[in-house]
Amino acid sequence: MNAQLQPTGSAYFIDKETQAVESHTLSVLVSNEPGVLARVIGLFSGRGYNIESLTVSETEHEAHLSRITIVTRGTPHVLEQIKAQLERIVPVHRVVDLTVRALELGSDRPVERELALIKVAGSGEARVEALRLAEAFRAKVIDATVGHFIFEITGKPSKIDQFIAIMKPMGLIEVCRTGIAALNRGPQGM
Amino acid sequence: MTGKDTQNDGKMTGAEIVLRALKDNGVEHVFGYPGGAVLPIYDEIFQQEDIQHILVRHEQGAGHAAEGYARSTGKPGVMLVTSGPGATNAVTPLQDALMDSIPLVCLSGQVPTTLIGSDAFQECDTVGITRPCTKHNWLVKDVNDLAATIHEAFRIATTGRPGPVVVDIPKDVQFATGTYTPPSATQPKGNYKPKMQGDLDRIRAAVELMANARRPIIYSGGGVVNSGPEASQLLRELVELTGFPITSTLMGLGSYPASGKNWLGMLGMHGTYEANMAMHDCDVMVCIGARFDDRITGRLNAFSPNSKKIHIDIDPSSINKTVRVDVPILGDVGRVLEDMVRLWRATANKADKSHLKDWWENITRWRARNSLAYRPNDDVIMPQYAIQRLYEKTKHMDTYITTEVGQHQMWAAQFYGFEKPNRWMTSGGLGTMGYGLPAALGAQIAHPESLVIDIAGDASVQMTMQEMSSAVQYNAPIKIFILNNQYMGMVRQWQQLLHGNRLSNSYTEAMPDFVLMAQAFGAHGIRCEKPGDLDDAIQEMIDVKKPVLFDCRVANLANCFPMIPSGKAHNEMLLPDEATDEAVANAIDAKGRQLV
Repeated sequence: MNAQLQPTGSAYFIDKETQAVESHTLSVLVSNEPGVLARVIGLFSGRGYNIESLTVSETEHEAHLSRITIVTRGTPHVLEQIKAQLERIVPVHRVVDLTVRALELGSDRPVERELALIKVAGSGEARVEALRLAEAFRAKVIDATVGHFIFEITGKPSKIDQFIAIMKPMGLIEVCRTGIAALNRGPQGM
Repeated sequence: MTGKDTQNDGKMTGAEIVLRALKDNGVEHVFGYPGGAVLPIYDEIFQQEDIQHILVRHEQGAGHAAEGYARSTGKPGVMLVTSGPGATNAVTPLQDALMDSIPLVCLSGQVPTTLIGSDAFQECDTVGITRPCTKHNWLVKDVNDLAATIHEAFRIATTGRPGPVVVDIPKDVQFATGTYTPPSATQPKGNYKPKMQGDLDRIRAAVELMANARRPIIYSGGGVVNSGPEASQLLRELVELTGFPITSTLMGLGSYPASGKNWLGMLGMHGTYEANMAMHDCDVMVCIGARFDDRITGRLNAFSPNSKKIHIDIDPSSINKTVRVDVPILGDVGRVLEDMVRLWRATANKADKSHLKDWWENITRWRARNSLAYRPNDDVIMPQYAIQRLYEKTKHMDTYITTEVGQHQMWAAQFYGFEKPNRWMTSGGLGTMGYGLPAALGAQIAHPESLVIDIAGDASVQMTMQEMSSAVQYNAPIKIFILNNQYMGMVRQWQQLLHGNRLSNSYTEAMPDFVLMAQAFGAHGIRCEKPGDLDDAIQEMIDVKKPVLFDCRVANLANCFPMIPSGKAHNEMLLPDEATDEAVANAIDAKGRQLV
């Protein structure tokens, strides 16, 4: 009981977040119907969750199922809530937090891969060096003129980050990345 | 519906399919407003008699009326609106129904499929706009999908955690001819299967916690009402068996009777002292169909610090959302309570409630603080007194109460005793001013012989006042009991508490004459200014067989107590005897400077 009010200036009760923020990869199996991606993305923006990477494509044509892979950041409470909120969306069939599942399966992280197309323009020494580095990174040349290359590279996001950083001084023009595709190790499905 | 379907191999137009699908889903009333993109459906409505269409004056009114209809019957409410502005006007009731878990089916017209995306007249992206404020929505582009989609819409709206859905139907689909499939022949699509039955091991763990509790409390919510009358019956049984005290959220009032001996009153920001203190000090909390809303918990890190918490909810995202619980039970409240009551009977020492004696003594002491007390006045009607008299005059009748949002809503929750579920309709989650009048219309359409009263505030009621005209049109004798204090009372109360008593725009300088207004609508107007005249005036309101606007002039500056001020815990309530108007104003004036 306290008649001496200490106004907070707010009509809401605001608590400070104390948990640490983690990055998790979620696999979301959805019916492939109009608007389903908007529902998933709208949930993230509407509730203030982060999206670091998003990949979506139909994976089971007969069953009209698409698989959305989302990398998101949040505290464990928030991540748990994201999963529960995703599961409320009617066309969402299943949500698996691959990062949590990986730990349960005894591995460190799920297998995560990304593909990038990287355009580099230049001539002379820089051009030769770009090609040499691309070989070291096992990037493929998929288009070229005497003035440019487009490299295709797949790998962990960190490897792609590194390759892009190295290409910058070599005449990097533009980059297109697919976002992360991820599965867990072992014989079991999601 | 007009027999055309039999002539043409079961083929019907889209508009006919809509009417047939509504009928097959048990719909008797539709609240709506016509417009270009729904004219084919209105043409079908004209040619049939199974479904009555209630014409409102604004689509928001249709939505709230359908909510009132749904909440008072347990059936889904149905609204029908046109494209563009019709659909955007429906957004407020859709979000309202989403937050309060009300089954609401909204059918909207859309421009023809060929024009979608062309900025056609009265076009808007209805499914885009309503996506975040519905449980699910559909745009039907093929007339052959129409019946199945409407059946699916009813299934989604009414099962699991109920909520609003939208079916957007382009005008060419309404004209097109297609096949009707009845609900029984329609396969549910997708993976939507709410979990109804609770996990027995969890329920067993909950019963064990409850059996060993020394300071238990049951905290029930709107989920008990949504689960159906059996759930309320089981809740009463559980309270009787366990001897536990029980409190409820705003949305859950009536599940346990206000006259019951274990009733502590509502909890939360304007809940009773005994309910909030018991929540704070309990050792086992049984949360049944409630969601730890911020108006309930107060400061989260001081919320019921020493209790084990059991949470029964049908929505997995409600569990552990804001408050971490020890025993989460996912399932329908009614089913879980059934198991819980059965297990309690089988295992617990049911006769002996002596270990709760100390706890009840504590509660008795808290009750003695009389936290709902107010200073009576012989000259001016105190708002609390008005509700008390309204309750005394109507409690033996078959009564449904709706409210708007604000001080009057809290006073109604505090001072009107609800004995049964589905008798109390209020906008809890969204806090929609203007909800009560159309909701009363909806409840009255569902229960034409009952007494339906909207306990209103002078500001809220003006937001949807136009629906008085609908009430008059359908001879729906709703009673609008306005606690008129000339202020947006709750706004003013917060300005007094938080903003140094600077009453910015919370006073209504040009208040309409509600009695004349009633007459203009063809309704009956009553004004009452003296406490001594109140009983007779209320009797007149009850006796008049017409819609009534009752202008009850109440003390202008009364505030709503008790109250948990923002940032405070349950045991830091501001009680009425410590919060005279002057004390509140002064306390804040000194502190107010820090805010600027």
